[in-house]
Amino acid sequence: MRARLAAALGLMAVTALSGACGTSAPAGSPALSGTITVFAASSLNEGYTAMGKEFQKSHPGTMVTFTFGGSSMLVSQIQQGAIGDVFASADQPNMQKLIDARLTAESPIVFARNNLEIVVGKGNPQHITNLSDLGRSGLVVVLCAPAVPCGRYAAQALQKAGVTVRPASQEADVKAVLSKVALGEADAGIVYITDVKAAGTAVEGVAIPPALNVVAEYPIVILKDSQNRALARAFISYILTDGRRILAGYGFTSP
Amino acid sequence: MASPARRQPRARPSAPPPIVILAGAGAAFFIIPLIGLLLRTPWTSAWQELGSPEVLAALRLSLLASFSATAIALVLGVPLAWTFARLTFPGRSVLRALTVLPMVLPPVVGGVALLLAFGRRGLIGGWLATAFGIHLPFTTAGAIMAETFVAMPFLVITVEAGLRSMDTRFEDAARTLGAGRWTVLWRVTLPLVRPSLMAGAVLCWARALGEFGATITFAGNFPGRTQTMPLAVYLALETNPDAAIVLSLVLLVVSLAVLIGLRDRWFGAS
Repeated sequence: MRARLAAALGLMAVTALSGACGTSAPAGSPALSGTITVFAASSLNEGYTAMGKEFQKSHPGTMVTFTFGGSSMLVSQIQQGAIGDVFASADQPNMQKLIDARLTAESPIVFARNNLEIVVGKGNPQHITNLSDLGRSGLVVVLCAPAVPCGRYAAQALQKAGVTVRPASQEADVKAVLSKVALGEADAGIVYITDVKAAGTAVEGVAIPPALNVVAEYPIVILKDSQNRALARAFISYILTDGRRILAGYGFTSP
Repeated sequence: MASPARRQPRARPSAPPPIVILAGAGAAFFIIPLIGLLLRTPWTSAWQELGSPEVLAALRLSLLASFSATAIALVLGVPLAWTFARLTFPGRSVLRALTVLPMVLPPVVGGVALLLAFGRRGLIGGWLATAFGIHLPFTTAGAIMAETFVAMPFLVITVEAGLRSMDTRFEDAARTLGAGRWTVLWRVTLPLVRPSLMAGAVLCWARALGEFGATITFAGNFPGRTQTMPLAVYLALETNPDAAIVLSLVLLVVSLAVLIGLRDRWFGAS
């Protein structure tokens, strides 16, 4: 037992050391190792999880761990001292908050785009075909809270369509909107195309025409306090190259 | 049930140093985060935040929902506690474990369970909607229900413990003197367990006031309708951390005032 503990501690020490070496090695060197933590918007959950696995496969000895949450919540956490290496936001204003707080290591890069879609229950029982239908009385509509990017985007789209919606609830993140519709508690919600795709057969999407739609830009950046910038940089360049194909499979478009 | 007046005067116990040190560390563990909150409070803008209609709406809703949840918990939970303490029937321990399960269940899971039971497509929610037109999700009633679900176990186990440790000879005496079962319950049992009843109610209320996960999952979040203080704090944290701190402070002051006030009133000032 003690021997095993010692071995584990030794392994941790080696990992920590090699992590330190990785930091000093030039970017793109083959000696990538160690662990990075990526803070990513909820809507990236499925795409990033798949991408993390692929990245680890092509870079043995590395580990990418994710913390998913509302972009604004993640920004608060980073501002309060949460330790991580990379931040991927679902919108520019939240990224700007980190830049203003001088917590980023370099300029962010937009790596993906997303669009909104109306999410309805399986079989579209309320026959919703466009944004105007969401204003119908008697319909239970849930949206993201105005503070969350998906809530702000939804408000923009509804404003373009000239529709007033009285939501039953303002959810804390986009996945909560999705689950309310998937559980049948709400008739409709406004989420990202990628969420509808990730939810599978439990829900259906109703397209919002480009003229009324909103383009969500996803910027990514290395955090100032990153302890493994080499690996963080390698992960970001992976996202911008091979990762795009994976993200496209989840409904994201390239910038 | 010895009264304090009859107790022998005792020398104050001398505290072993390790206990004092550990107790100090325990107290510091609770107090330091509160100091952190106080130090970060933007006092100048605090009053503005306090007066805003959103904060007042959330505070009003929180008080309404937490006191309603406590009232429901008293009506349903005390009979439940009595049943567990006094009756023996097969499956009692299983039933008892099930009713206190919300204490260990992640509240969000509790909220999903409530949706699966009382939601539109839930086990009995669909029937409630078609037969009585009762909709619980996204309503204040739903928020009260979520709080009751999470908070009632605290009352049940406190009252049950009180009933178990009670001297039943008082009840026996009342019965031999000809008191009926209701009279015994109202005039003997409940007055005797009053301290646990009060402690249980206070615990239940405090838990209901701070409830977050089950409420946001089952009742959603809408200002004035289901957005209680903890939900308002959570959402404010994302956009306006200063407002979130002020809101938390309001919640702290209100709960401290109620807890201290009730303590003096119910347990006798100590």
